[in-house]
Amino acid sequence: MLKKRSYFKSKTLPYILILPQVLVTLTFFYWPAVQGLAQSFMLSDPFGFNNRFVWFDNFTALFKDPLYLKSIGITLIFSASTAALSICSGLFLAAMANRIFKFKAVIRTFLIWPYAVAPAISGILWLFLLHPSFGVAAIAIKNMGIEWNPVLKGNHALIIVILASSWKQVSYNFVFFMAGMQAIPKSLIEAAAMDGAGPFRRFWSITLPLLSPTLFFVTVMNIIFAFFETFGIIHTVTQGGPGGATNILVYKVYQDGFIGLNLGSSAAQSIVLMILIITITVLQFKYVEKKVQYTG
Amino acid sequence: MVEKTPILDTITYLFLMTGIVVVCFPIIYTIIAATMTVEQVSKVPMPLIPGDQFITNIQAAWERGNLGTQLFNSFIMASGITFGKIAVSLLGAFSIVYFDYRFRTAAFVTVFCTLMLPVEVRILPTYEMAANLFGPLQYVWDFLHLNTAAAWIAGHEIDVRLEWSLLDSYTGLILPLVASATCTFLFRQFFLTVPEELCEAAKMDGASPMIFFRKILLPLSKTNIAALVVIEFVYGWNQYLWPLLITTDPKMTTAVIGLKNLIPSPEDLPDWHIAMAGALIVMLPPILVVLLMQRWFVKGLVEKEK
Repeated sequence: MLKKRSYFKSKTLPYILILPQVLVTLTFFYWPAVQGLAQSFMLSDPFGFNNRFVWFDNFTALFKDPLYLKSIGITLIFSASTAALSICSGLFLAAMANRIFKFKAVIRTFLIWPYAVAPAISGILWLFLLHPSFGVAAIAIKNMGIEWNPVLKGNHALIIVILASSWKQVSYNFVFFMAGMQAIPKSLIEAAAMDGAGPFRRFWSITLPLLSPTLFFVTVMNIIFAFFETFGIIHTVTQGGPGGATNILVYKVYQDGFIGLNLGSSAAQSIVLMILIITITVLQFKYVEKKVQYTG
Repeated sequence: MVEKTPILDTITYLFLMTGIVVVCFPIIYTIIAATMTVEQVSKVPMPLIPGDQFITNIQAAWERGNLGTQLFNSFIMASGITFGKIAVSLLGAFSIVYFDYRFRTAAFVTVFCTLMLPVEVRILPTYEMAANLFGPLQYVWDFLHLNTAAAWIAGHEIDVRLEWSLLDSYTGLILPLVASATCTFLFRQFFLTVPEELCEAAKMDGASPMIFFRKILLPLSKTNIAALVVIEFVYGWNQYLWPLLITTDPKMTTAVIGLKNLIPSPEDLPDWHIAMAGALIVMLPPILVVLLMQRWFVKGLVEKEK
């Protein structure tokens, strides 16, 4: 492992220095993770008085449960749409902003502030914008002849949470794409221009391939965002409803665990999510790093 | 620009303007709604010319949402997380990079295995942990049947219950979110780029490790720290799930959570102007931090994820 050639010698000091970090990590990561793992193999009553070891029963029950399978489907639709919408908008805005010379800083300022808005507040803003009786955007939709009713119609509710999530995430993507594009050597673009490649051709054949590491990274981060950090949006806007139409996996863990008090099932769901995020992380580090192009 | 493309440039500016309007529309709409009376805000469609009730609505939201206390809580939580994370990570990275000891690799691995694990995937057990911080000790105590042992020594029945609850406390809001492998990783990467000569010179001058840390490493890390302050403050302020779980007392909850009480339910008056005024107050601090420290923010965001 990397370390300095010259370092300090002390018997106790390094341990004292690392102790707070290790202590917090052990108490709030490892112990809960082990507890969660143990809990996922148990069947307990809601008050936790009786625990029975049931092997993989919680997991098999989970994957037989139509509500859970539905939740998986919704999570996939939700995160794919959110990632696609916010990545495309972020990439488009960054490509535009990268073309111009004037007002770059002002434009950046106007585009990055939604990053600072809490997901829950973003949810409240969009809830109002698309409110069936008062929202300005909802009225526009109604004028197009669509019966807009997110309180009753599942797919309408899903649209609100997708919009609220993507809106919040656009700034993040924009910042990364801007940074990525600025790192592309100007000489490459100029050489291509001299060979007669127009602005669109240059974007497709040079900028985009050279941006692929950023694009990959941003995709992973957007999926993680959509899977986990959108909890606040779901909780303020729909609470998983109507009829479970916006009940994404992370919200279901909360609902089954804290409201339904089905501890075993909730723990099993946590484990599934944990395996999922570990897989994504490992994939990110190992597999795709080789495939995407890197600038020299 | 490589070649002159006046038409394309105009289109570019037009697209950017449209983009900015679309991105900013929710906030413009919020500001307008926050200036209206209840009659105006529930008119269909709501007029897009600001009213004159801004101050009244802000006051109403402040009182109805108990925002004074909650903003204070949010501030404590966000600064606590920011300070805690940075302090813990700085010391941890210093220990990992500048010392050679037996359990160095073990400590490194322990910390970095948690790199991507958000609090959302382990909510129930972490909640139980916060409800009784002595849970693991109790577990060991019970496992070793120490109650029986204690009873045997004392000669009478003893029931030892170890309990320390973090629910409804600032410690509980802050501590579980302080562990952060990403910050430690960032400082580690940075420390590795610091020239060896500095450490050698410090040692030659007889400086102790802590003096080296304070007088040389800390000043060198200033820009990294500033960048992380922005990112972590926003992160802490915008937390939702964790404060929702561990606070039940409305006096201990944070502003982002409290805001939900201002959303009018279908049976109530459509007080959306108050809800929007409240939303404005609560989102202002992190937005200000990001905009005022924009340079550090962009640096922090991009560097942190490397």
